[in-house]
Amino acid sequence: MPLFEAKNITKKFGNFTALDNVSISVPEQSIYGLLGPNGAGKTTLIRIINQITGPDAGELFMDGRKLVPDDVQVIGYLPEERGLYKKMKVGEQAVYFAQLKGLTKAEALKRLKYWFEKLDIVDWWGKKVEELSKGMQQKVQFITTVLHEPKLIIFDEPFTGFDPLNANIIRNEILFLREKGATIIFSTHNMGSVEELCDNITLINKSKTILEGSVDDIRKKWTANEYEIVFEGEVKINENGLYKILNTRFEDEKSTIRIKTEKDIPANDILNTVLKTGKIVSFNPALPSMNEIFIRVVETRN
Amino acid sequence: MSMNKILVIIKREYLTRVKKKSFIIMTILAPLLMAGLIVVPTLIMMNDDKDFKKIAVIEDGSDLFKNVIPDTKDVDYVYLENTSVNDLKTNFEQAGYYGILWISPELINTPNAIQLISKKQPPIGLLDHISSSLEKEIERQKLLAYNIQNLDEILKDIRTKVSVQTIKINDSGESVQTSTGIAMALAYIGGFLMYMLVFMFGAQVMRGVIEEKTSRVVEVIISSVKPVQLMMGKIIGIALVGLTQFLIWVILTAGMVSVVKGVVLKDKNITEVAQTMPQNIMAENQGSMQPAQAADMSEGLNEFTRLFENAMNQDWLLIITAFIFYFLTGYLLYASVFAAIGSAVDNETETQQFMLPVTIPIILGLMVAMGTMQNPESSMAFWFSIIPFTSPIVMMARIPFGVPYWQIAVSMALMVITFIGFVWMAAKVYRTGILMYGKKSSWKEIWKWLRYTG
Repeated sequence: MPLFEAKNITKKFGNFTALDNVSISVPEQSIYGLLGPNGAGKTTLIRIINQITGPDAGELFMDGRKLVPDDVQVIGYLPEERGLYKKMKVGEQAVYFAQLKGLTKAEALKRLKYWFEKLDIVDWWGKKVEELSKGMQQKVQFITTVLHEPKLIIFDEPFTGFDPLNANIIRNEILFLREKGATIIFSTHNMGSVEELCDNITLINKSKTILEGSVDDIRKKWTANEYEIVFEGEVKINENGLYKILNTRFEDEKSTIRIKTEKDIPANDILNTVLKTGKIVSFNPALPSMNEIFIRVVETRN
Repeated sequence: MSMNKILVIIKREYLTRVKKKSFIIMTILAPLLMAGLIVVPTLIMMNDDKDFKKIAVIEDGSDLFKNVIPDTKDVDYVYLENTSVNDLKTNFEQAGYYGILWISPELINTPNAIQLISKKQPPIGLLDHISSSLEKEIERQKLLAYNIQNLDEILKDIRTKVSVQTIKINDSGESVQTSTGIAMALAYIGGFLMYMLVFMFGAQVMRGVIEEKTSRVVEVIISSVKPVQLMMGKIIGIALVGLTQFLIWVILTAGMVSVVKGVVLKDKNITEVAQTMPQNIMAENQGSMQPAQAADMSEGLNEFTRLFENAMNQDWLLIITAFIFYFLTGYLLYASVFAAIGSAVDNETETQQFMLPVTIPIILGLMVAMGTMQNPESSMAFWFSIIPFTSPIVMMARIPFGVPYWQIAVSMALMVITFIGFVWMAAKVYRTGILMYGKKSSWKEIWKWLRYTG
């Protein structure tokens, strides 16, 4: 059963349609990617899930029942536009956000101690936020998002502002949270960044869903009948009845050739035709990146 | 549960502000500054040594007015005999004179046979002093010509000074001694303080909203609480800051008043003190003080104690209650508008286009309030103390002069209705505005937000 569902959500601002009949279904203890270019409507959908704004049409479900205002207690949200009170002390501020999520002060202090130690920022407890580096502030924000142990955690562009090292720490924490039972929604326009993380995705473009499903399925579907062959040295092959050549690249003394077969043909048959052409380094089914898939979906739709 | 969250927000808004050094300094310093504003000009007026002047008095061939003009505390009148005006005219400044007063013997019959020659335009008070002294002397000399017996005693006897005592009759028919001066001072302080507090704390709300918007804290918070709760939490928190400050001011002022009462007037019947004190002082100084000075002092003290008593006769309970009510509702009205403006802009400089229509009624209120002190019964004062946008300021200026209760009731009721309406509208604008970035907002845009649903 999905932990969270949004069904046929439509939202308009005046004459502008931000979301047009968008549905998502997030399985429990999974990571769900909400992908799409800037301005596609992702943030609006997230705000609706957080009940910051209401949809014009459509319904929201949590644990199989309708979403209610008190559900904000079990949702954690790291917005894309995030910040902290600059003049307030780090610890005080973390306690404040925890209290707004319904934790008592004592409970908040206990959990904050654990997280501050885990992310190695204990020394910053009494400092004002303005004295912190951007990455440090992001860590504090990450903690305040997950401190009340939400069932559903929403990260909107979580890795912007992190250096690669800290981004990796956060990535591991997110995987750890899922391990412990949390369900996670990821929103990003940088589709490559979450490919390995997401179990399922929805691609939104111009307020409409254009693709959805499990990452594996989508990739398989879009990789069907495409292969990449790498030869040593400069090699050219000719099209024959079995396949078409999509492109050829030559770099670092290697030729990379992308081909597409007309129909399902055993890989052996393809290999047979190119075996004598040159020294093969590798032969793989070509997995398009999410970015490529997105571009192709948009192109085919137009 | 959500009530709890508002409390958490109110607590943060309140504590972060009250703990600030600037708040503590302002709270303690403001009454001193206010007192300073009243005391310092008085002190300056009293010992203005720098402006000390000497005026040469020259009569043309007679001595009818010899030493007639008494010296004042900043002007000495030096009567020069055997000096001609023309001699002195060229070098009176070098000789240390501010000017030359030339009096012709014809003055008794020709009122304008007198000239004051000086380099600068003489102040009006100085001219008044000269003319009134001379008028009195001329009057005396003319009376002398009638050969009345015991003229001096008669004159002394008929000299009276009038000081109108104002008595206000309240609804239950009791009469209370009042003072227009005190009422004016209270009207001024009440109106001005209201203007200052509403503006100051309203602007604080706006700055707080802008801070949350530009630092992007707002979206984190409104995923936990409703935008309206955040807005109201902020507005109420800052209102409590204002009330705290006001109450501390009231307590400090009351403290100062009781110190004045205790130390200066020693808790005796104050009129009695006023009469006995100069005598005591005279006895202590053993004749070094002139009886006239003692009389002056007695008069001054009398005046002071009368003002003090009159001030005590004001309906302080009504004034303070009304002040708190009008501060809260007026503040809520303007703070909600300020909050809406803060939510609509991306930074403080952008607020200017929205500020003007908001400031106009406040400034108008202040202007009418200042006029009210001249004529508290005018229809302008009446209407502006009923209309909600100006009523907090104007009503505070009217109350010390006495306002019928029904007018206060109507004004208060309108105030409550209006502030509720404005809070409601502001909440709608705020809810949309705080999540809008990089969009140049305009009145048209805000009007659109007002009609968004959900």
